[in-house]
Amino acid sequence: MTKILSVKNLVIKFYTFDGVVHALNNVSFDLEEGETLAIVGESGSGKSVSMLSLLHLLPMPPAKIENGEAYFYGNEEEPVDLLKLNRSGISKIRGGKIGFIFQDALSALNPVMTIGRQISESIIEHLGLSHAKAKEKTIELLKRVGIPGARQRYDNFPHQFSGGMRQRVMIAVSMACTPKIVIADEPTTALDVTVQAQIVDLTKELQKEFNIAVVWITHDLGVVAGMADRVLVMYAGSPVEIANAQDLYSNPQHPYTIGLMNALPNVKGDGDSRLASIDGIPPDLMDEPRHCQFAWRCPHAFDRCWEEIPQQVSVGENHVVSCFFDVENGRPKENV
Amino acid sequence: MGNEATIKSTGSRVDEEVERGIWPKLVYVWRLLYRDKAGMLGLAMFLIVAATAVFSPWLAPYDPLKQDLMVAKQPPAYSEKGDMSHVLGTDNLGRDMLSRIIYGSRVSLTVGFFGVLIAGSLGMIIGLISGYVGGRVDSFIMGGVNMILALPYLVFVVFIASILGRSLLNVILIFGFTNIPIFARITRGEVLRLRESGFVESALSIGATRTRILFSHILPNLLGPLITIATFEMSGMIFYEAGLGFLGLSVPPSTPSWGNMLATGRQYLTIYPWIATFPGLAIVFTGLGMNLFGDWLRDVLDPRLRRTKR
Repeated sequence: MTKILSVKNLVIKFYTFDGVVHALNNVSFDLEEGETLAIVGESGSGKSVSMLSLLHLLPMPPAKIENGEAYFYGNEEEPVDLLKLNRSGISKIRGGKIGFIFQDALSALNPVMTIGRQISESIIEHLGLSHAKAKEKTIELLKRVGIPGARQRYDNFPHQFSGGMRQRVMIAVSMACTPKIVIADEPTTALDVTVQAQIVDLTKELQKEFNIAVVWITHDLGVVAGMADRVLVMYAGSPVEIANAQDLYSNPQHPYTIGLMNALPNVKGDGDSRLASIDGIPPDLMDEPRHCQFAWRCPHAFDRCWEEIPQQVSVGENHVVSCFFDVENGRPKENV
Repeated sequence: MGNEATIKSTGSRVDEEVERGIWPKLVYVWRLLYRDKAGMLGLAMFLIVAATAVFSPWLAPYDPLKQDLMVAKQPPAYSEKGDMSHVLGTDNLGRDMLSRIIYGSRVSLTVGFFGVLIAGSLGMIIGLISGYVGGRVDSFIMGGVNMILALPYLVFVVFIASILGRSLLNVILIFGFTNIPIFARITRGEVLRLRESGFVESALSIGATRTRILFSHILPNLLGPLITIATFEMSGMIFYEAGLGFLGLSVPPSTPSWGNMLATGRQYLTIYPWIATFPGLAIVFTGLGMNLFGDWLRDVLDPRLRRTKR
């Protein structure tokens, strides 16, 4: 496996009128070629912000990248730090090397532009094909993502498509230039479950076909289990646990992850039991983090959790946790 | 990517379709027009006025400037004293009303068209820059725009017109430049809304440059509202030109224009009412036609509204 993306110590703050929002605190993770990394976490945990910032899609100001680097290895030449690219540099990466699938396909597609032109636009831009060739390729792509009557649909407008079809078009847009990475920002949230499954399957197919690494941002642990190779769990702007999907489900190490797993509805339950939940609410991101952000809600919190910010500790192969507490043995970790 | 690929995820078969030509598109436009009778009426009215302006020399029975005091103030054909030699009668100098109205359409349409062209194109560019660049540039431009919009429009126009003097070019320039702020402001507002929209973010995410986003994503979204406003502005300019003519500040008296005719007719309003009535009706006809057509355009230019069945 070769690394395609390596994010290190990413810190992002939003300087708003009301104060500083600590959106991302020290986020680090790697992405391998062709793998699927799921980023899960509740609203405001920094899932989208971390990925949008890589492509300079955050409005700056108010957002400001305070620290960190994001090396992208998909270029032919040297690895580049995405965060340090200038405008024309990042334009070549966007769409060409890294695609983006947005949550709401209806608003992400231009209402007065035909579907065909919106897809061929990036093909012309990045692959330098002629309009006629780009059109043929676009029609091929539309067929590939399962749009019946692709040639006819080329001239249709977004409102003439159903929600699932629009998301298929979004996938076609994002994969038009066979990028190295596709970032999917909650692409199935607005869809019903059967269509969700189709979209997930389609993404997996195309991913395998073109060897694309997919970053799947979601809060649906069910989708994660079905498609992710590895999972990054985020909480209040900090990564709390990174593990292979199977490890994460069978052996969660962070109290927050454990809480999430317990909160999953269980089909084998006796039917009378209530769904488990994690007490409390996420912290106010306006307050500067001085200790573990989960301490307020953590059943295992002890003195140290209120004094320091936990660093990422490896607890197994490809398994990293930011916690002072050893959940398995029920006592504070000693060697941290 | 096989041609006859069957999609695993849906199982639906992909079928090949033939491309459509230009003819179905024309039929489509006709259907859009046929559906909205008011729009069709508006377009017809506008086309009549436009044809009148273009073919004036062939349509007009007399030279609009030829005076014939023998038949001065002759009533229109429908009244007892009138006859078919002058269908709409003659004015105080014996000039044929119908011919003058036909030639007058040239002034009105020229002023309306070029006035809107100047105001629309410059206003749009200024608005685009203001909205997309933002910051100090935006504050500066919008400050100027608000200052101009704060002036009472008619007084402002009359003031400039009286300084510049009477000529067709002056009238066009006055209406062209004084209407820039309206277009600039509307464009800016739309740009501000559109630049935050999802599809702009999405276009950014596929590597579109800022120029490309501005011209191929934001601009097409603006055209609908702008063209609609342009039609209303055009009828507004035709009204104001007539107003200026009425005040004796539009084109020179030698040029037949509806405003000038109204001004002449005012003196005889109680005795020879047709001298003011017919140019007035011509103005109403043109204005109504353009407004109806503008409404239709607004519905049609938005692909989402176009779809709505009525």
